[in-house]
Amino acid sequence: MADTSVAHAHETHDHDHQDDPNIWEGAKEPFKASYGKLMMWYFLVSDAFTFAGFLIAYGALRFSTPTWPEADFVFASFPFVDAHWPLVFVTFMTFVLIFSSVTMVRAVQEGHRENRNGVVFWMFLTILGGAIFLGSQAYEWTTLIVKENVTLSANPFSRHIADGVYLNPDGSEGRNEDGTPKTFTKGENYLLHKHDGKFDIPQVKYTTGQYAGQVKEAGLGPKAFGALFFFITGFHGFHVFSGCTLSHYHYD
Amino acid sequence: MAGHQTYEEQKALVFRGLMLLGAITIVEVFVALLAKGHLVHSIKFSEGFGHYLYMLLMVGFSLYKAYFIIFYFMHMAYEVRGLMLSVLLPTTLLIWAIIAFFQEGNSWGARRELIREKDQEIVKPNTGGKPQGYLLSGVDWPQKG
Repeated sequence: MADTSVAHAHETHDHDHQDDPNIWEGAKEPFKASYGKLMMWYFLVSDAFTFAGFLIAYGALRFSTPTWPEADFVFASFPFVDAHWPLVFVTFMTFVLIFSSVTMVRAVQEGHRENRNGVVFWMFLTILGGAIFLGSQAYEWTTLIVKENVTLSANPFSRHIADGVYLNPDGSEGRNEDGTPKTFTKGENYLLHKHDGKFDIPQVKYTTGQYAGQVKEAGLGPKAFGALFFFITGFHGFHVFSGCTLSHYHYD
Repeated sequence: MAGHQTYEEQKALVFRGLMLLGAITIVEVFVALLAKGHLVHSIKFSEGFGHYLYMLLMVGFSLYKAYFIIFYFMHMAYEVRGLMLSVLLPTTLLIWAIIAFFQEGNSWGARRELIREKDQEIVKPNTGGKPQGYLLSGVDWPQKG
């Protein structure tokens, strides 16, 4: 009984609002949020869908391709160090983003206190974080394009589809330096290198799977890998770049 | 957030958030490297129960980080319910998008050999000039070459 009377009271209350002549003049904000804040939330919804579309396309193509290279094989280099450290540099970039989101929250808090210098200080750190992220992307792209020859249309990163052994140019089985056969296993990642402007594509002989006993080329990997990587990280880089450059505006 | 907490409480929340997000990220990287066999070569969660547990953990960590950032760093927790639902409900469509498109990709991958075979199939040209594309009785059908 008490519940219905409360509900009834609410209805009358809403009714009063609709009769308010100021309601169409912006007197009542939808969701108690300003126009700018509400539209920022809906921009973020659309942004989430844009990036989700890209990443879902990437995932679907990756699942459809058995030779799709593993990220921890491709992204294992680190600036100034000749090392194979899977995901370490990627983790560094993630931390840069975490720090710059924290400094952004601090800037908003100082803004609420109308502390102009505080806002400038924390916004500066946020923009610096964005710039460090963009620089890291530049390093990543340079490594892929210059050192590893990944382009929009050629991708030398791939994976073996079955167990097998590498063959010498004369057709005999390849040997490691210690005399053991130069074998590989199913799912092993590989990177082809360029010699005199052409990719060095080795002949292999499979020992398992449907091609067992056959000689094939261990060729270039799926083109979509390079194309999607550059497109998606490029789009994200543009998103960060526009944030870094346009953030100066609001605090004039 | 404005008006709900003192300035000191706000600063403490930001510091706690930084520690929380950093800690979860470090655990995520550790779990990923362990599951892929990069840390201990004899341990690898590449199939079966271990793999499902690994994937569930990663999805859980990611969702928790997203929840914390959206609700506390972006102040969704202090908005009215309608605003929260109008932003979060549409994103649940993505759950189905992920399931459907990944299923599609998997199926395509599983049929890759069949697709390749069909692409390379050589069919004898129809020299008789008879119409193709539907069944005609008493016709000598071209054989797969």
